[in-house]
Amino acid sequence: MRCRRCRKPAVIEIRRHNAAFCAPCLEHHCREQVARAVHDFAMFEPGQRVLIAVSGGKDSLGLWDLLLDLGYAAEGLYLGLGIEGAGGYSDQSAAFTHAFASRRDAPLITVDLPADYGYDIPGGAAAARRAPCSACGLSKRHLFNRAALDGGFDVVATGHNLDDEAAVLFGNVLRWNTEYLGRQLPVLPAADGFVRKVKPLVRLGEREMAAYCVVRGIDYIVEECPMAIGNRHLGYKEALNAIEDRSPGTKQVFYFGFLERASAHFRPAATTAQEGLHPCPSCGSPTTAAQCAFCSLVSRARAGGAEAGAGAGAEVGVAGAGAEMGVAGAGAEMGVAGAEAEVTEVAVPGPRRVR
Amino acid sequence: MKVLLRNPRRELDINGPVRVHRLIEHLGLNRESVLVIRGDTLVPGDAVLEDSDVVEIRPVISGGSSP
Repeated sequence: MRCRRCRKPAVIEIRRHNAAFCAPCLEHHCREQVARAVHDFAMFEPGQRVLIAVSGGKDSLGLWDLLLDLGYAAEGLYLGLGIEGAGGYSDQSAAFTHAFASRRDAPLITVDLPADYGYDIPGGAAAARRAPCSACGLSKRHLFNRAALDGGFDVVATGHNLDDEAAVLFGNVLRWNTEYLGRQLPVLPAADGFVRKVKPLVRLGEREMAAYCVVRGIDYIVEECPMAIGNRHLGYKEALNAIEDRSPGTKQVFYFGFLERASAHFRPAATTAQEGLHPCPSCGSPTTAAQCAFCSLVSRARAGGAEAGAGAGAEVGVAGAGAEMGVAGAGAEMGVAGAEAEVTEVAVPGPRRVR
Repeated sequence: MKVLLRNPRRELDINGPVRVHRLIEHLGLNRESVLVIRGDTLVPGDAVLEDSDVVEIRPVISGGSSP
């Protein structure tokens, strides 16, 4: 098998492009796809400050590497989740993140849920009676948005790749979650209380991102998060990969066809769902409830779950409905159903710049 | 050859020579879901793996809550 660009021996084939690449040309391919996504979707401009949500996985570290090589002012924000698992999942993730930042001499900000907010994901999820991935996504969305606003960043970039977006779209279509379909975009513009959010990896599959990290010598956490094993999102990915194996290119056609031909039809549903937002009295984040979903989660986690299950501060569609948020695409914490009457002040410590 | 698999981590002994895509098929895996790494080098589907090789089959799917 030969590289499509230079004809040297290939290290990977990418069937949806009917192409194979050697290691240097794979790097070129990934840079080209990210540059094209940033340009085509007008994600950000040179000189703007980009905050990358870094997890220690292949996508976020690969994205950080790519944006630095493309000359963007990209800083990382790592959120310690307090997840144990075999070998200490969060400890390993943090170690890979710090090692990358050190190697690239790139600025890194850290926030630690247990130290800064008094809960970890397993405990917070149990106290709030949320699925762990729901509590995790809620915490990440809130804290990345907060850190970007407080730090004066122009945009938050996440490592959502083509597989992520296709799987989220698949889930939302299966359940006809029209509100989320209306918000599943590569760019969510800034709004009052919300920083601009972008997904520069939408043109790259996760196999390409894993391969990119291997050829670039980027060490990342390969093991799956122990809280995520067996979740619905992974099931959607497996289903789509079974289709992709038979018909390469299906995921790309599915996702980009949605953006080009269907997405606009769902915008009104997304707009309606965001009406009535006001600042959370505890933290100032936009919410439609008495208290935003994040502050509610923190309150419940700190109370040890004594009041768990009252239905307060829920994100629209997440609790109960099983909606696919597209996570970074969601942005808003809506908290419509069952608003909590009692509002608890939540201390908000600042993130730490470690590099 | 020694074949390292992840999630859960385990090691298999498989006789070579065998092409990469045949090995993936033999293991019941989807080629869209894994990379094959010999030593520290990626290898494509048509590469032939020998008895003496040490090979990692690395899953590429991840899917918890993204930020």
